[in-house]
Amino acid sequence: MTIIAILLTYIFINNFILVQFLGLCPFIGVSKNSENAIGMGAAVTFVTAITSTICWCVYHWFLVPFHLEYLETLTFILVIASLVQFVEMVIKKISPPLYKALGIYLPLITTNCVVLGIAIINITNQYNAIESFFSGLAAGLGFTLAIILMSNIRERLEFKPVPKVFQGVPIAFTSAGLMALAFMAFDKSLLTNLHLV
Amino acid sequence: MSGHVKEFTKGFFRENPTFIVLLGLCPTLGTTTMVANGIGMGLGVIFVLFFSNIIISLCRKCIPASIHIPAYIVIIATLVTLLQMLLEAYVPSLYASLGVYLPLIVVNCIILGRAEAFASSHGVLDSALDGLGMGMGLTMNLTVIALIREVLGAGTITLFPIGGWDGVINVPILHTTPCRVMTLAAGALLLMGYLLPAFKALIGLITAPKEATR
Repeated sequence: MTIIAILLTYIFINNFILVQFLGLCPFIGVSKNSENAIGMGAAVTFVTAITSTICWCVYHWFLVPFHLEYLETLTFILVIASLVQFVEMVIKKISPPLYKALGIYLPLITTNCVVLGIAIINITNQYNAIESFFSGLAAGLGFTLAIILMSNIRERLEFKPVPKVFQGVPIAFTSAGLMALAFMAFDKSLLTNLHLV
Repeated sequence: MSGHVKEFTKGFFRENPTFIVLLGLCPTLGTTTMVANGIGMGLGVIFVLFFSNIIISLCRKCIPASIHIPAYIVIIATLVTLLQMLLEAYVPSLYASLGVYLPLIVVNCIILGRAEAFASSHGVLDSALDGLGMGMGLTMNLTVIALIREVLGAGTITLFPIGGWDGVINVPILHTTPCRVMTLAAGALLLMGYLLPAFKALIGLITAPKEATR
């Protein structure tokens, strides 16, 4: 698979939120306004790109030589938790304004399914290190795309006459469902039509 | 005694994990294309939640407050790894169909949420009942969502094969003309949009008469 194919796959065809249902909690929780959505998306993209590469390295350099593949889940979650902590410290030191913008979202990312999900999918699909980096980047970008679209929809819904029982989360789910219908237009044939596979 | 019963039953309606607290949505929608997968996922969560609540409740006095989240995550991840090995050995078909959602139980907000909000400050018996109740509440939700999605989307009800029976029930009319979108991502999200208000209304119906007599 070429790198462009991987990017297209995880941003559109297998969009983590709208097709695979990973990372729905922050998607519903942090999409009330677009500023927060952009912050969360940027933080997630940053973390997925780094963790998916490092998890790949840890798996192939430490777990496989010692035949400890069954510790995959445990190792990955520890790598992710410590990495998120580390990234938080580094950003705090290097760029206080960026830390101020992303700060509150970073701790939430440890329990975001997208991060652990892409690390495990890299191993299942047998990607190499570079492909893992790009699949992580694409997973984050796909998450960002979905959460920004969602926050824009929800900002407009604030001023629409929504029936009382559907206000808030239910209407958000219904809109996400319609968005998922639109995303069904992207499928594997996109890759074959572009001669990428 | 009624206090203990309350800890057990709150997971079903009053603090229902999916419909009221809105936690653990990813596996709820991802695994409910077939009834058997929904039930399997629910049983897996019960296993992890029950034991993680017991272990964390037992260790709550010896885990230092500053590192309690990493400690909880290690306990949960160990249990999930155990579950993965057990399923791979005894129910390989379920292991294959749950796929990536099985290791993702580690980051299921319900489990860490219950550890943080309940097991870290309550006794072992209450924590065990809380874990069991929350897990069963989630299994109930998964079964209901999976039943609706599979009946409408594929016209079948897939249960576990017993003896010579393959465990699949065909629903008469829907089997030949299913509404495919329900098994896809879009159908699941739309269904959640309708189930949330429906569940709130149901809770209102159950609790309203009690409040009126009070």
